[in-house]
Amino acid sequence: MSYRRYVITIIALTVLLVVLALACLVFGSVDIPVGSIADIVTGKGSDNKAWEIIILQSRIPMIATAALAGAALSISGLLLQTTFNNPLAGPSILGVSSGAGLGVAIVILAMGGSLGGLLGENVGSYIAILVGALMGAGVVLVVLIAFSAVVRSNTMLLIIGILVSYLTSSVVQLLNSVATEEGVHNYVAWGFGNFSGVSAAQMPVYAGIIILALIASALMVKPLNALLLGTRYARNLGINVSRTRNILLMITGVLTAVVTAFCGPIGFIGLVVPHIARMSLGTSNHSRLVPATILAGADIALLCSLASVSSPHGIIPINAITPIIGVPIILYIILNRRRIQYFN
Amino acid sequence: MKENNAILSTRDLAVGYRNGTQAVTLLSGLNLCLEKGKLVALLGQNGAGKSTLLRALTCDESPLEGEITVEGKSLMEMSQKDRSRIIGLVSTDRIQAGALTVRELVGLGRQPHTGFLGRLDDEDREIVRQSMIDAGIIDKADEYMASLSDGERQKAMIARALAQQTPIIILDEPTAFLDVASRIETMRLLQTLAHDRGKAVLLSSHDISQSLMLADELWLITTDREVITGTTAQLVADGAMNRLFVNREIHFNPTILDYSF
Repeated sequence: MSYRRYVITIIALTVLLVVLALACLVFGSVDIPVGSIADIVTGKGSDNKAWEIIILQSRIPMIATAALAGAALSISGLLLQTTFNNPLAGPSILGVSSGAGLGVAIVILAMGGSLGGLLGENVGSYIAILVGALMGAGVVLVVLIAFSAVVRSNTMLLIIGILVSYLTSSVVQLLNSVATEEGVHNYVAWGFGNFSGVSAAQMPVYAGIIILALIASALMVKPLNALLLGTRYARNLGINVSRTRNILLMITGVLTAVVTAFCGPIGFIGLVVPHIARMSLGTSNHSRLVPATILAGADIALLCSLASVSSPHGIIPINAITPIIGVPIILYIILNRRRIQYFN
Repeated sequence: MKENNAILSTRDLAVGYRNGTQAVTLLSGLNLCLEKGKLVALLGQNGAGKSTLLRALTCDESPLEGEITVEGKSLMEMSQKDRSRIIGLVSTDRIQAGALTVRELVGLGRQPHTGFLGRLDDEDREIVRQSMIDAGIIDKADEYMASLSDGERQKAMIARALAQQTPIIILDEPTAFLDVASRIETMRLLQTLAHDRGKAVLLSSHDISQSLMLADELWLITTDREVITGTTAQLVADGAMNRLFVNREIHFNPTILDYSF
C-alpha cells in the first residue's frame, strides 16, 4: 500500500519535473515560438541566432541550475532536520547559507576585487569563491555542532542559527562599507538569488559537485534512519554517531555552499521541501525520502524560476518568491503538528 | 552451572559521571553477573545511579574504573558493530519515528545485520515479523508509530530490540510511562523472552512489587551505594529491601511485596 504511494509520488514528481522544465524552456522574457525552440533543442538550429543563444546559453543552463539548486538545498534541509532532530531546521534558518555568503564576500575582498562579480568566467576566481563559500558554511556548521552539544533545546538552536545569520550579514555590511559601489551593487543583486549565474563553462563544476554530494546523501540512508531514533539508539544499532554526523554535515555544507556561491542565499526551499516530501509519502523512511526530496526540490526551484520570469517588467528575484511558497507551508505544518505523524 | 549461563559480567566496575575534570563516583566495586534466561530488575531510588549503570553497560558512557566482559571479551574494546549484535537497548529517549510504521521501526533493529544501505532481505523480513509476533504487536504492524498507545509503542520498541537478535536486552525504565495493565503485560513479555528465548534481560524499574514478583533476580542499589544481588526470597529474608530508601517511615512489607507506612 505505502509502496504504491511511493511509486505514484515519484512518478508524479518526475512528470512534474519534465513539465516544469519544458515550461521554463518555453516561457521567458523573450517570446520564442515553440517550433523554433524544438528545432534549437534537437540541434537543427534556427535562423535567429539570438534565439539560439537564449535557449542554449541561457534557458537550458538556467533549468539545470535551478533543478540542481532545488535538489541540493532540499537535501541539505533534510540532512539538517534529521541530524539535529529538528523538523524546522534548514540551511537558511540555521545560518549555513549566510555563512557561505560571508565566505564569498571575504574571498572577493581578499582577491582585491569588488564584492559580487560572481559571474566572471575566470576559473581561478570562481573556484576561490567556491572555497570561500565552503569555508563559511563549514564554520557555521562547526559553531552549530558546538552549540548543539551545550544547548539541548531545538528552538534555542534555531535562534542561534538566526543570530548567526544576523552576525554574518552585519559583517558583510561592514565589508561592504569598504567596497566599491559597483561591488556593493553586485553583492545586493547576488543576495536576491537567481538561477542564471551558472554559465555553460561553469556548469560541469557546479553540476558535478552537486550530483556527487546528492549521491553521497543517498548512500547515508541507513544511518539517517537510525538517527530518527536518537543518538543513543543509533549507537546501539552500531552507528558511529559522531562520524555519521560529521559526514552528514559535510555533505550539507558542500551542497549549501555551492548553491549559495552560484545562486545567492536562497531561503525556504531547504526548510519546506523535506516536509512536502514527508507529507506526500507519509513516511520519514529516508530510503524513500531522499529520492522524493531531490525531485520535489527540483520541482519547487523550477516553479520559482518560472515565476521569476512571469512578469512583463523584468526578472523577479527568487528570494521574493520562495517566502510566498514557503511561509504558508511552514505555518500549515506548525499549526497541524499534532496531526502530522512525524512530529509525534 | 551458574558460570555456564553467565553472559555479561563486570569486574571492579565503578560508574559515575565526569564533572569537568572531576570524576564523581556513584557506584564502585561492582562485580555483577548477568545470566542467560533470566529477568533481572535493577532497583534503587532516584539518583542512585540506575541509569548511569545501564549507560555503562550499554557503552553509552565509559565506566570510571573496572571492566565489562561479554563471554570473556571486553565490551569496551569491541567495535560498535560487534556490540550492536550483543546488546539490544530499549530506553525512554524521545524518538522521531512517528511516521514510520511499526514494521519499519522494527526493521531498523536489523541494521547490525544488514548491508551498507540497510536493505532487508526475505530472511530479515521474516525475523521482523516473528519479532512483532513475539512482542504481541503484529496486529499493528502497518500502523504508524504515532497512532499507538504508550503501551503499544513500548511493545514495538521491544520488538525492535528482538529483531536485533542480541543475547542481551537492556531496558531503561521500560514501564515508566505505562498504565497498570500495560506495565504488567510488558513485564510478562520480558519474563517470557528471558525464560522461553533464553535472553538475558536487565531492566531498571520503579515498580518494586512487580519486579519482586516477576524478576528472577534483583540488583538493589541501597542508600549507602552498595549493590546487593539475589532472588526476591533471599533479599526479603535478608532484610535488604529496607535498605532501598532512606525514609524511616516506610518499611518493606513482605506479605504484599511492597512498601507501607
